[in-house]
Amino acid sequence: MTETEGYVTADGRQIGGVLMELKDITLKFGGVTAISDISFDIHEGEIRAIIGPNGAGKSSMLNIISGFYTPTIGELWYKGKKRPQMKPFEVARMGVARTFQNIALFEGMTVLDNVMTGRLTHMKAGIGAQALWWGKARDEEVANREKVEEVIDFLEIQNIRKTPVGRLPYGLKKRVELARALAAEPSILLLDEPMAGMNVEEKEDMSRFILDVNDEFGTTICLIEHDMGVVMDLSDRVVVMDYGKKIGDGPPDEVRNNQDVIDAYLGVPH
Amino acid sequence: MLKDIFITPFADMFSAPDFLLQVLWEGLVSGILYALIALGFVLIFRSSRIFNFAQGIMVVFAALTLVGLHAMGIPAWISVVLTLGVMFVLAVSIERIVLRPLVGQPDIILFMATIGITLFLIGGGEIIFGGENKVMISEELGIPTGDTVLEPWGGLLILQHLDITVVVVATALVAALLAFLNYTQMGRAIRALGDDHQAALSVGISLQTVWVLVWFIAGIIALVTGIAWGARAGVSFALEVIAYKALPVLMLGGLESITGAIIGGLMIGILEKLFEIYWGQPLLGGNTETWFAFVLALVVLLFRPQGLFGEKIIERV
Repeated sequence: MTETEGYVTADGRQIGGVLMELKDITLKFGGVTAISDISFDIHEGEIRAIIGPNGAGKSSMLNIISGFYTPTIGELWYKGKKRPQMKPFEVARMGVARTFQNIALFEGMTVLDNVMTGRLTHMKAGIGAQALWWGKARDEEVANREKVEEVIDFLEIQNIRKTPVGRLPYGLKKRVELARALAAEPSILLLDEPMAGMNVEEKEDMSRFILDVNDEFGTTICLIEHDMGVVMDLSDRVVVMDYGKKIGDGPPDEVRNNQDVIDAYLGVPH
Repeated sequence: MLKDIFITPFADMFSAPDFLLQVLWEGLVSGILYALIALGFVLIFRSSRIFNFAQGIMVVFAALTLVGLHAMGIPAWISVVLTLGVMFVLAVSIERIVLRPLVGQPDIILFMATIGITLFLIGGGEIIFGGENKVMISEELGIPTGDTVLEPWGGLLILQHLDITVVVVATALVAALLAFLNYTQMGRAIRALGDDHQAALSVGISLQTVWVLVWFIAGIIALVTGIAWGARAGVSFALEVIAYKALPVLMLGGLESITGAIIGGLMIGILEKLFEIYWGQPLLGGNTETWFAFVLALVVLLFRPQGLFGEKIIERV
């Protein structure tokens, strides 16, 4: 793998080298080809968006990155190494955190407990030590708790810390899900339609949080979004997919003027 | 008649408070065992949505293994450790052979699978250890056999040392489990897994590890209950019944609720004893303990279908 240099964004931020590279990814379900021969990369510290109309294969792509799907053909390189086939929980332990399109939270648990589960990837003490609440396990719990409180403060959900998640409104649930992913201090944060189903105000809040997270923690973010306006404002580079193929890739301004992209969004007979 | 139901029992309670205490104490002893075994059910249900029909037979199997190992000439405490090992192997095999191939199947299929495990353990247990009744090795384990007699208000209160040991050990185990579930990351993982498998995977929880862990915990609970109940009633396949007593406890407490299991267990243990002594024996000819818990659960379910502590199901459209 060639170590590409970083680049400088339009607003003057320095972006690092390649963190993850997807090479010639094809995904088939039986006879249906969900993704065909797509390659792109994610640089360290950037906000990378994947957009496209319904059924374009965006979520499948995210599921490949997070290990929920295994590509039929193609390779995934992460931190300069080829990633072998892995289970989702193993991918999570390598520093890939994600949120889901249809919120996947632990509804019966409090906000605090939900966010604490985000720290599971940082758990080092053995089960035995934990069962006995022993030295290292206890220190770890305290350290985890500190990090979690920091995230909770950052996303401004202090006032609902002890509320069971099942009782929260949709917009807040989305934010709790983001908090849980963030608590893992991920190398890559995957957001599956973070703004889906939100009103304008909630969308603005969420956009602000995503930008702040990237800015404050330097987290690399890869997000899928329907809403073109939001994506163009947020992201540094955009991949456009349509019918499982990549039809555009580049900074928002460049993609916006791409004829294929305009066709895909406005609808041209295929 | 009404007097016999509403007045006489309470008058009896007040006139002989020492006897009332005795009844409450005995209720507490069974109650804490019910609570413990119900916890085994709740743990497995919360982490995998499986209603573990095999919990009862696991009690028998653990007790049989312990007694059987000791009969082979192995010292008592080493037998306990070995039995724990057997329960761990059992947990791993159940996860490997039964649960893993059935991931994602409807709940009822997993439930049927646990019935299969039950039949397998009954058969296996009989082949290995024989079907005849055995005596729990309580003496060899150092469980005290005497009793302490107290005299509150000039009356008489007999506390079996066995019962005191049971209460102390079971309470400690319940407390330890509660702390483990609520204040450790692994405990959180167990609770999380039951809520959402996908989300659990995405935060790095391994289904397999958690399942082996909860089945092993259920095995430990089975061993402790097996020793305690076996010491009182002998070790036989009839021990399985204690697990069925946990069913009304679960109905009362709700399948998801850990606090519910504990409070439900204590409630049923105490109420069934009280009912038996003050209403059952004088009015109904006794032996009400076999059915009282189920009727109580039924009545509760009529008014609160989710149980006393179950998660309220709110459908949002």
